[in-house]
Amino acid sequence: MKRLVSLLLALALGSALFAQTPATPRLKLATTTSTEQSGLLAYMLPVFEKDSGYKVEVIAVGTGASLKIGEKGDCDVVLVHARALEDAFMAAGFGADRKDVMYNDFIVLGPAADPAGVAKAKTATEALSLIAKSDASFVSRGDKSGTHVKELEVWKASGVNPVGAAWYKEAGQGMSQVIIMADQMKGYTIADRATWLAMKDKSTLKILSQGDAVLFNPYGIITVNPAKWPSSNYAGAKALMEFMTGPKGRELIAAYKISGEQCFYLYK
Amino acid sequence: MKEAFFLLVSGDPETWGIVWRSLRFSFFSTLFALLPGIPVGVALGVREWRGRRTLVALLNAFMALPTVVIGLLAYSLISRSGPLGFLDLMYSSGGVVFGQAFLAFPVVASLTQAGLAKLDPRFRETLVTLGAGPWRRLFSTLYETRAVLVAAVVAAFGRVTGEVGVSMMLGGNIRFSTRTMTTAIALDASKGEFERAVSLGVVLLAVAIAVNVALHALAPREAS
Repeated sequence: MKRLVSLLLALALGSALFAQTPATPRLKLATTTSTEQSGLLAYMLPVFEKDSGYKVEVIAVGTGASLKIGEKGDCDVVLVHARALEDAFMAAGFGADRKDVMYNDFIVLGPAADPAGVAKAKTATEALSLIAKSDASFVSRGDKSGTHVKELEVWKASGVNPVGAAWYKEAGQGMSQVIIMADQMKGYTIADRATWLAMKDKSTLKILSQGDAVLFNPYGIITVNPAKWPSSNYAGAKALMEFMTGPKGRELIAAYKISGEQCFYLYK
Repeated sequence: MKEAFFLLVSGDPETWGIVWRSLRFSFFSTLFALLPGIPVGVALGVREWRGRRTLVALLNAFMALPTVVIGLLAYSLISRSGPLGFLDLMYSSGGVVFGQAFLAFPVVASLTQAGLAKLDPRFRETLVTLGAGPWRRLFSTLYETRAVLVAAVVAAFGRVTGEVGVSMMLGGNIRFSTRTMTTAIALDASKGEFERAVSLGVVLLAVAIAVNVALHALAPREAS
């Protein structure tokens, strides 16, 4: 019996040790995979943590999932890229404040041989129509991410409904994984430029179409509404928002390059 | 392979941090599964009572449930919008341990029950005849079936060390916080960092072998 008691005591002690709270308040950021996989966050956040004392924990999922996590109150701040979804999130009262952070663009990737002749297309919609007419595969994120939302928007403009077609592969994976899949299938995909820059050394795909205004990719930061979730770390969320959109954050974003190429651009 | 070796020998702190974190999560979740798991297994294993068979069948069904389903169940409990939301476990180490304990509990309870059910009924009768009290009887019975208990611990530890669904869903794969070997492997593979993914896979294998060898060394050779 005595042994049992001491065992339980040791357990309680162990779990107390295990559940110790960190010295600095935790701040949970749900974000799109591109900000994480491009390495931008790993580059910026240590500076913020050092200046503010907050410790940022990054949950990298798609934009749709990030907003859902914010809606349920399981994170404090979201950094995403799908303006229509962001506006709906704000309108429903899930967010407290929203600010534009930066932008870059989406690009159409495909095999160097380009069997669909996408390189000749003048617009993104024309590029997708050509892919639909060819035998080549198209790999879609299929995960309600910002990139997926954008891709569906371009499909809609092209007048093709690809869902269910044998050549249209809905992967349900992150951007890097989809680039790998498209490469393996010698197929096409739409990617955000930042993830592509981080991935291009590992891929044989090429940029075949870019520059269309419809491929504009703006990122926004939203604090989770403390009126809905009083236990959320609103002060920390606000501090991160001010940092990302303030002079120091802007300077870091402007200086961030992958193999010499600019990843994200700032609003004037 | 060379990279795997290099990462470990060079003592890359992040890699070792991930290995150590995985072990810690697995250790605590196995422990928290044993606490309710063994008593429940004993209650279901020592004698016949109404509804016992149904509960055993239910436990066995839970044992086969995919980890993502367990993750989903635990998620609905500990999300801030769920009943245990005030504990603030979501996307923290506590959340992963909670989910993994949830995952391992049926394994412990079911295997303990099965081990006890196989025990010769005369063993209990002998203890009673010898005048042993209820606690004494319980400990003697558990001691007699210790080989089975070790097997239950090994199975529970294996289930939590190897799973990715619960860790990903409840932990969120947060760097330096909830990134474990399995979620790191999933992430590295998704980024095309196959060398790193393989290297962690090798570590996972080594850990699994080490733990099993260690636990089996503790187990009695002459299984009852």
